[in-house]
Amino acid sequence: MPKHSKIFMVACCLFMFFSHPGSADSQKTLNVQVREGQMRNAPSFLGTIVARPSYGEHVILIEDRGIWKKVSSKGVQGWMHASALTAKSIVLKAGAANVQTSATGGEIALAGKGFSEEIEKEYKSQNRNIDFAWVDRMERFKVAPDEMPAFLKEGQVVPAAGGAK
Amino acid sequence: MNKALPPLAIPIIAALLLSSCQTMESATSIATVIAQGAGAISETQAESIRKTTKAVARSAEEFTPEQEYYVGRTVGAVVLSKYKAYDNGQANRYLNVLGQTLAQASDLPDTFGGYHFLILDSDDINAFATPSGLIFATRGLLRCCNSEDALAAVLAHEIGHVQLRHGMQAIEKARVTAALTTLAAESAKTLGSREVAELTKTFEGAIADITNTLINKGYARAQEYQADQVSLTILKRVGYSPNGLVEMLTLMKRNLRPGGVDFAKTHPSPDDRIAEILKSSPRHAPVLPPPARQKRFEQAMGKI
Repeated sequence: MPKHSKIFMVACCLFMFFSHPGSADSQKTLNVQVREGQMRNAPSFLGTIVARPSYGEHVILIEDRGIWKKVSSKGVQGWMHASALTAKSIVLKAGAANVQTSATGGEIALAGKGFSEEIEKEYKSQNRNIDFAWVDRMERFKVAPDEMPAFLKEGQVVPAAGGAK
Repeated sequence: MNKALPPLAIPIIAALLLSSCQTMESATSIATVIAQGAGAISETQAESIRKTTKAVARSAEEFTPEQEYYVGRTVGAVVLSKYKAYDNGQANRYLNVLGQTLAQASDLPDTFGGYHFLILDSDDINAFATPSGLIFATRGLLRCCNSEDALAAVLAHEIGHVQLRHGMQAIEKARVTAALTTLAAESAKTLGSREVAELTKTFEGAIADITNTLINKGYARAQEYQADQVSLTILKRVGYSPNGLVEMLTLMKRNLRPGGVDFAKTHPSPDDRIAEILKSSPRHAPVLPPPARQKRFEQAMGKI
């Protein structure tokens, strides 16, 4: 290929990149960036949990109200807090079907990379005096979602009207 | 290999560098790959463009919630090497129901591993919050609370440190850059043993930065005041009395021992914190919890 046509090709590619930043504008997807997401029936911390999409799962954005996003996933619709979601696509495993070769850093997040289970394991082998047993126990302290409103009700704790996010 | 850039490649790259900061890094990487693939620039030139772009803007905010979670777990384990856990199922359960409910009303309700609370068996007046939401409070601190509202204020203050990512911000800048650069360079590949060793060293350094801040140095006063503000916000959202915070600080003032290596060393004085709170919010009425709330508080915390 002559050199000028190669450069023309580069320019075309760049034009396409900048004029169409997202190929799926009509249907924006977001990705769950926490181990267990919480999808609620209302945009509030008091909303009932209707689904628990897991890490790396794609959800489709239906309505955007700032910190609360109405999304759908696997046929269920509900509200998720912005802190559980990212626009980056999450690559769960190197070599998995959705990895592709476009590991450009800014647009994808690699699960299990960086400070990860692997690094924790290495750290533990070098710091045998540091015991993780209670940390593991703590993580098992879970409160069922319906316990929370019941707890507030029992204690006559009344959330500020309209002030709850 | 190191031939000069062809004339058109220069304006293309220059245009890219002028484009918006947010997309700059990814756009440049993509453009670099395309330009390199088309033979417009050499591999060496492509590499140096990537490096230059990567060198800018590395901050703790770039760590994924998953990475914060692993940092938090180890920080928690280090805290538990200095303080013993208080193995009281009823008290810890009550703390978790209250704490996890408060966390849901914060601006960071979802962390990678969720919020979890544990009492430490110590008379010191101390509390620690790790990145991603492991929260510890000593029996000495819990004794500064005489109502559920006051206890909620303590836990919401710690949730504030998590929400504001104060722990991650305690990591030295050079270490943040080192960790993120190793990760970016390796991308989807499996880390080799040399990279694992390097990253583990950086990880150990990051843990030391955070635990040293939590246990010895304390956060900046401004960060403590910010966490107090988050506490007030959460109390109001959930429906607890904001005066719980002031009442807890008043009791803390009485209980703190001068020269102690706890809040006496790492936090602004209770008087300073109260003065700061009163600057931004009116004096609230004393906490008057309904009997049912006070009863369950005393049942869980009465013998703490």
